[in-house]
Amino acid sequence: MADKVLMKGNEAIAEAAIIAGCRHYFGYPITPQTEIAAYMAKRMPKIGGCFLQAESEIAAINMVYGVASAGLRVMTSSSSPGISLKGEGLSYLAGSDLPSLVVNVQRGGPGLGGIQPSQSDYFQATRAGGHGDFRMIVLAPASVQEMAELTVKGFELADKYRMTSMLLADGTMGQMMEPVELASLKVNAAPEKPWATNGTKMQRAHNITNSLSLVPEELEQLNFARYERYAEIEANETMYEEYLMDDADICIAAFGIAARVSRNAVDEARRQGIKVGMIRPITLWPFPTAPFKAAADHVKSFISVELSMGQMIEDVKLASECRVPVTLCNRAGGMIPTPEQVLDAIVKANNGGER
Amino acid sequence: MSTTKYLFSGFGGQGILFAGKFIAYKGLIDDKQVSWLPSYGPEMRGGTASCSVIVSDEAVGSPIVSAPDVLVAMNLPSLDKYESAVAPGGMIFADSTLIERKVTRDDVKVFYVPATAMASENGFPTLANMIIIGKVLSELGEFDADSINATLAKVISAKHAAMLEVNLKAMSLGAEA
Repeated sequence: MADKVLMKGNEAIAEAAIIAGCRHYFGYPITPQTEIAAYMAKRMPKIGGCFLQAESEIAAINMVYGVASAGLRVMTSSSSPGISLKGEGLSYLAGSDLPSLVVNVQRGGPGLGGIQPSQSDYFQATRAGGHGDFRMIVLAPASVQEMAELTVKGFELADKYRMTSMLLADGTMGQMMEPVELASLKVNAAPEKPWATNGTKMQRAHNITNSLSLVPEELEQLNFARYERYAEIEANETMYEEYLMDDADICIAAFGIAARVSRNAVDEARRQGIKVGMIRPITLWPFPTAPFKAAADHVKSFISVELSMGQMIEDVKLASECRVPVTLCNRAGGMIPTPEQVLDAIVKANNGGER
Repeated sequence: MSTTKYLFSGFGGQGILFAGKFIAYKGLIDDKQVSWLPSYGPEMRGGTASCSVIVSDEAVGSPIVSAPDVLVAMNLPSLDKYESAVAPGGMIFADSTLIERKVTRDDVKVFYVPATAMASENGFPTLANMIIIGKVLSELGEFDADSINATLAKVISAKHAAMLEVNLKAMSLGAEA
């Protein structure tokens, strides 16, 4: 196992970003993701990159806007309250069709909340990163290896579709160490960016990146065009993992750390003879509608396991068209469900809702 | 198929996170699946520190350890907090220099190691953690010199290569304690 090293999830994100060709990082410290900034501060100067601790989260996201305009791979990272501050910038990036990678290592909220792990920014990430009609590609890693892989993937998708990719992790995923193999990461070079504001060299007209559009007929067309791209992403980029779903009577829906906890519960329930499986969305937007729709044909119920008051559960209901019951198994505010709690929910569902 | 869940706990500065990292890296060297998860919070220097480590033949699900098979308690608050959590039949390793009381449970195996005193007496006062790790590995039947050397080479940076020998010595002392 010589080529595997133990890394924290936060460090794996940072190193994978560098491998993906990111040479510009802007951020402002906040627990539980500060290791990303610390890692970048150490590494960027050694490889000719730029690490800058901004004066605020808002400044950092606007610096991202600048580098993205110049056509280079760029990222920022924060945790829940800091991501809210970046909301305006996320909307401007979308309105200007600029690619970027934004990492949210979530903590409990709302408000300043706490610093323990949470998944309660699901709505914010998948629905309302900022004002206006726009989407972000939302990637949800469930291991440190995936933290690295989805960082690379995030940059590639951002460039391909000219939009923001958000890596949506949580405090556990950021703080835990697991073996990682980085040598196997495959990186596609960034595509040509003829729209970038990187100097005309007297060869072309000026490029301008801008999200202001005062003629409603034109702004509508920009929105239509953007949503055509979104439809393409929904058709081509959805990612998920199925676990023991073939003969399942009950289906767990869980992402990130909730999927890790649920996997223990699924294994234990199987030992007890309960036919339970799991669908783990890897892209939260686009949401993997197809496997949930297909599962609704043969399962008795779905259980959405979340570190929130129940947010992804709405997408599970939409995807399964509410054809079978969907229940919630959750903790909130920085607490994490135990495998025993999930197992209880499975047993209850298997008994038709009774203990 | 076996899985061992470890919980290391003590106060900041005792090398609790490093001890956990050593066990996780040893698992990696031994070709196991591993996870390492620190507690984190608004901690201050001298405050409590703990970490969960899982070493398994199978993919690790939840990285959170709520019922450890092995508890390493390096101070009294840690033993008070986690004694009752240890899985029945599990093991508790207590630094008896800093913990004066005995473990009250009778369904676990208990090992008292005066690690802090041993570390001071032998001239490496910061290595009480490695003395206890030596004892843990010895009791688990995993005190294997090759794998320990390979692990130390991973967790101790080249800059501090001189520390390798002394860490090994501390672990050997612990194994014989």
